[in-house]
Amino acid sequence: MIATLTSLRQNPASLMPSAAQVAQFAKGLMLPLIGIVLFLFIWHNVAQLIDTSLGKFPGPTQVWEQSTNLIAEHNEERQRAVEFYERQEARNAETLAADPSAEVTIRPYTGKRTFLDQIFTSLYTVMAGFILASMIAVPLGILIGLNEAVYAAFNPLIQLFKPVSPLAWLPLVTMVVSAVYVTNDPLFSKSFLNSMFTVLLCCLWPTVVNTAVGVANVSKDLLNVSKVLSLPPLTHTFKIVLPSALPLMFTGLRLSLGIAWMVLIAAEMLAQNPGLGKFVWDEFQNGSSNSLSRIMVAVLAIGFIGFLLDRSMLFLQRWVSWDKNAVLR
Amino acid sequence: MNSYLQLSEVCIDFPTPKGPFRALDKVSLDIAQGEFVSLIGHSGCGKSTVLNIVAGLYQATEGGVLLEDKEVNSPGPERAVVFQNHSLLPWLTAYENVELAVKRVFKGKKTKAEMKAWIEHNLHLVHMDHAMHKRPDEISGGMKQRVGIARALAMEPKVLLMDEPFGALDALTRAHLQDSLMDIHRALGNTVIMITHDVDEAVLLSDRIVMMTNGPAATIGEILTIDLERPRRRVELSDDTHYNHLRHEVLAFLYERQRKVEDIGSAKKSREAGSDSKPKLARTA
Repeated sequence: MIATLTSLRQNPASLMPSAAQVAQFAKGLMLPLIGIVLFLFIWHNVAQLIDTSLGKFPGPTQVWEQSTNLIAEHNEERQRAVEFYERQEARNAETLAADPSAEVTIRPYTGKRTFLDQIFTSLYTVMAGFILASMIAVPLGILIGLNEAVYAAFNPLIQLFKPVSPLAWLPLVTMVVSAVYVTNDPLFSKSFLNSMFTVLLCCLWPTVVNTAVGVANVSKDLLNVSKVLSLPPLTHTFKIVLPSALPLMFTGLRLSLGIAWMVLIAAEMLAQNPGLGKFVWDEFQNGSSNSLSRIMVAVLAIGFIGFLLDRSMLFLQRWVSWDKNAVLR
Repeated sequence: MNSYLQLSEVCIDFPTPKGPFRALDKVSLDIAQGEFVSLIGHSGCGKSTVLNIVAGLYQATEGGVLLEDKEVNSPGPERAVVFQNHSLLPWLTAYENVELAVKRVFKGKKTKAEMKAWIEHNLHLVHMDHAMHKRPDEISGGMKQRVGIARALAMEPKVLLMDEPFGALDALTRAHLQDSLMDIHRALGNTVIMITHDVDEAVLLSDRIVMMTNGPAATIGEILTIDLERPRRRVELSDDTHYNHLRHEVLAFLYERQRKVEDIGSAKKSREAGSDSKPKLARTA
């Protein structure tokens, strides 16, 4: 005890962690935390200054409250569904007991979609649209990148369609889907197809362009190796071109997924297709005192899911990429 | 001389906005089977262009290349190239890099086990047994160049083309690889064309040194036959009068007869004097 005190007196800094440790800690955890706290503080204070026709703009506390409410509502709704089926089964059992030959049916529960249901619908739709788009965009990008003539033919179309807003596609997609997709036993709902194709049309382009650039910029040395070995086209593509183009291809895929997510919310909002966009729109139309808080919950959820989607692509890239040391952001 | 590889009156023009630019003019050279030939010259004199034409990566504008009396007009594995910067595929291990070449050349001719043995044999030749399952970014520059050589050797090429294979290595590693190359050449008797900047390297390794004039319209200036006994040992040779005489010959060609016209000192002086110095020469390579 005395020894530590003396050593402390001699060197008061020894209680403190080293400067490098502090810097590491600050960088890894403290700075992001400070950023978030600062944001919450500003949000809380600014929100109180904004009066809307639906009351004050929601601050962090109201939003937190509503987020727990939304989850509670989801659980209630699930409970109601369970009870609904139980009642039906009980009634059917009674009918069957009275008359064993009676035909009994179970009606599906048609309660309202909860917030969590909407999130699930949106995720499902965005993944379907994105995966389908990637299945088209990656091979197309490779083809364009490998062949100057194909590039020349496709480039004007890509440049033309790349900047088109999803909202411009939406009416066309809706009309085409309802005209073409005519079936008595629909596997997919039309609203799902509308959202999905709109997403697909908008998120094709970054993947196409980046894959093509990656494929076209394979190092000349490696191309010479391929020529000297006289590699057949398929081997050339899979052994030389694709591994080189992989980082840019993934840049494109990540951009595409980001766009897909943004486009989907807008499309759902405009077309009243089930999903998070519809949730936001419904709350806006609802106009209760809680609506703004609930919309804010949706905004944060959209942001957080977008972030998770991007991270998952990053992990996929890290898993596929040969270069495990590459700095991925 | 029985000519195995024959360059006859090879000329090449590169298109420029001001019309075709003649980089090589009437390069003629006969190379015998098993011969080791070095190309030496100042940078920009078209050494690499000659090599690329033999490899089939460039097409001669006039004249042509015959290998075993057959015209060369496209790249192929029978003229393997060792590139200056190794050019290994970074996503494949050393073994897989060699495997890619071996599979291309010996598919259907060797069984799987034979191919595996052949790949390992070639990596052994360049002393890379211990690191054959490492990727290029995990091994040193000299090791990468060894794998590049193994890849070329494994193709059993008729001609081995080496484009400044040791240019990017430090002096010790370079000496080590030169010794390896001499051993391999003695054992396998490959026909080799090697580009180099290094006079010692050229004299030590070659049967003949082809000295190129400066561009534009570069061509063969002189050919020096190196009649030193093999096997050659660098330490003994460094004290050998004949070796030093041959070195002197190459140096005299490079720095007296083919002195670079646009060396910095004289260009500055002539500009200061305001005289109309020689028009700036376009570089090739």
